[in-house]
Amino acid sequence: MRTLNDAKIKEVCKVVGLGKKSLIRKRIIDMGVTIGTEIKVIKQAPLGDPIEVVLRGYHLTLRKNEAKEIYIEDNVE
Amino acid sequence: MNIALVGNPNSGKTTLFNELTGSNQSVGNWPGVTVEKKVGKAKFNQKTYQIIDLPGIYSLSTMSVDEVITREYVEKGDVDVIINIVDASNLERNLFLTMQLLEIQRPMIIALNMMDVLDQKGVKVDIDMLSKFLHVPIVPIVASKSKGIKECLQAAVLQANHKPELIDFYSDKTKGLIERIQSSLTTETSCTYASAIRFIEEGPEVAIGCNVEVVKIAELNEWVEQQFNNATLDRDMLIADEKYNYITSILKGALIKTKEETETISDKIDKVLTHKIFAIPIFLTVMYLVFFMAFGPVGGFIKEYFEAGIEWIILQIANGLIWMDVSEVVFSLVVDGMLGGVGAVLSFLPEISILFLMLSLLENSGYMARAAFIMDRMFRRFGLSGRSFIPMLMGFGCSVPALMATRTLENEKERRLTMFIIPFMSCGAKFPVYAIFAAAFFSNNQANVVFSIYVIGIVIAILSGIILKKFINKGKVTNFIMELPQYRLPTIKNLFIHTWERVKGFVINAGTVILLAMIVIWVLQSFNFQLQLVEDSGDSIFGVIGQSIAFIFAPLGFGEWRAAMSLIVGFVAKEAVVGTLGVLYGVGEGVLESPELLAQPLRNVFTPLSAYSFMIFTLLYLPCVAAFAAMKREMNSWKWTFLAVGYQTGVAWLVAFIVYQVGSLIVG
Repeated sequence: MRTLNDAKIKEVCKVVGLGKKSLIRKRIIDMGVTIGTEIKVIKQAPLGDPIEVVLRGYHLTLRKNEAKEIYIEDNVE
Repeated sequence: MNIALVGNPNSGKTTLFNELTGSNQSVGNWPGVTVEKKVGKAKFNQKTYQIIDLPGIYSLSTMSVDEVITREYVEKGDVDVIINIVDASNLERNLFLTMQLLEIQRPMIIALNMMDVLDQKGVKVDIDMLSKFLHVPIVPIVASKSKGIKECLQAAVLQANHKPELIDFYSDKTKGLIERIQSSLTTETSCTYASAIRFIEEGPEVAIGCNVEVVKIAELNEWVEQQFNNATLDRDMLIADEKYNYITSILKGALIKTKEETETISDKIDKVLTHKIFAIPIFLTVMYLVFFMAFGPVGGFIKEYFEAGIEWIILQIANGLIWMDVSEVVFSLVVDGMLGGVGAVLSFLPEISILFLMLSLLENSGYMARAAFIMDRMFRRFGLSGRSFIPMLMGFGCSVPALMATRTLENEKERRLTMFIIPFMSCGAKFPVYAIFAAAFFSNNQANVVFSIYVIGIVIAILSGIILKKFINKGKVTNFIMELPQYRLPTIKNLFIHTWERVKGFVINAGTVILLAMIVIWVLQSFNFQLQLVEDSGDSIFGVIGQSIAFIFAPLGFGEWRAAMSLIVGFVAKEAVVGTLGVLYGVGEGVLESPELLAQPLRNVFTPLSAYSFMIFTLLYLPCVAAFAAMKREMNSWKWTFLAVGYQTGVAWLVAFIVYQVGSLIVG
């Protein structure tokens, strides 16, 4: 399944699910990541990780292995 | 009347709190935890109101201590009305917490902050409409420009007896679940609406203390579980999903865009500050500037005058004592013991104030979050996250505020690990020791030798992180889900209140813990075991102890009682190490002004190698009593505090041992 980690810079992706056993699941949900939420990838940190995204009008940073817990739609741009 | 401030981090909550209470605030801890509790008083229409500043949180779930405290307090605490501060330029996410707060059904108003930012963005809010949708009064404010503060307080007071009406927006399925849970868990005590919702989200733990049999709770949980078989949304997601859907739907009506969204100034600044290539050089420059300001010419200049002022005060008191014709013992206790020691610690006040001012500037402007973003990758290897960077950096100034700064770390284990290694960052007070020894033994190479000590500290910190993470952090990955707030120009008022709060702690510490320790040390080095005054401090209780433990340091190259004693005195304050050496080697306290005085006696006892070993030991061994006390306070556990200082002292001995022994082999 495609995850937020696979998304390209500037890509807008739609969330379809979250990792079931993820420890950060609750935190991600509270920060506004629910099914159908649109997330835009902005950039990577200078050392390649973490990444910066925009959702619900604000900027959020998370690590790549955390982004792997967010499943996104297999869309073609 | 008690008014609680609740809101997201970066929503301007602290600014509003400062506006409401001015300097009339006190900082303490919430019982049992180390989360800061700020209480202040606001005056309005000749009445005084108590304002309680709750920690900034995104949600009322129970993931972090901050969230638990806030939930407990708004649900069960003595609150008459809640002011929920909401960032108008970030409504969608901010209103999520609002929706959760409303379900608790306490009297509440919304302070809609940063209306100016919204204007710049070209967005208008229909406040009446939003208020109608949310069932609470909304007051627009600009906290940073003191706009709407009175109106906000007035609205809160008026609302104090009005519970908000529940919003009817959940789907039929959710409503059914809530109803069933509420009725099943209601016995003599009723189960609240909010608890029922939490039961869906978090499961049976919520029902503990509900006075319902465990079997019944398990049955109920089983039933809820069944309702989610084959459902698209899991039980922990359903509630959040419906809340967010409601928020999006009301914002469609209440937000009016007057112009197309363009790149904000904040975005432009960010492009430079987190640029792929420039980010790290800029970051290093910023850090350098912070230290340059605090410990360089600026801080040094102020410090000079400040020290002169302290000396003048001590002199006046000394003259007063002479005039009163007090006995020599009392004179020595007050002037050498109390004033000298406390004065030495207080002389760091200018540097520490500047350091704090610079750091609150970084924090309030939004750059701190970017620093964490930039550095996270590097810190993860040591079992830490980018967020531990700031406390570690502060450690170069003083461990006490650095330990306090770990409060920003969410993860308790990460926090503990950070506190373990902060003292390895060589603090400002240790510098005089290096300066004296480098001048006496490495006169051709002073700067490099001192620099190498700092580097060794960092290397040991990194190695410790790698080793300790296996024990403290036990392979558990820390998370790094963090908001990157908009860049903002901090208000002067905020900066000063923020700085003052921390400086105050430092001063209080100097006046209590350090004062007491100074008196004890003075007694120990002035009297012998028969409690008679001694002429030569070598005969004092301290001297005897120093002689009996000196052998511990023999393998490190300085098994001499004066060196041992100066290290013990260093527990009181690191800056006292040099002073003690001065006294013990009979050249007086004035060594700082003329280091050459001490160089000769030191050369008689130390070799360059053992001097280096001594410097390393000073760098790494147990921190001063102020840092020790701070560590105890922040770790909230004697066990961990002793483990930490034990570890630090063990490492100090080991490293100095290796350096001396290996060095001896090479030098011969």
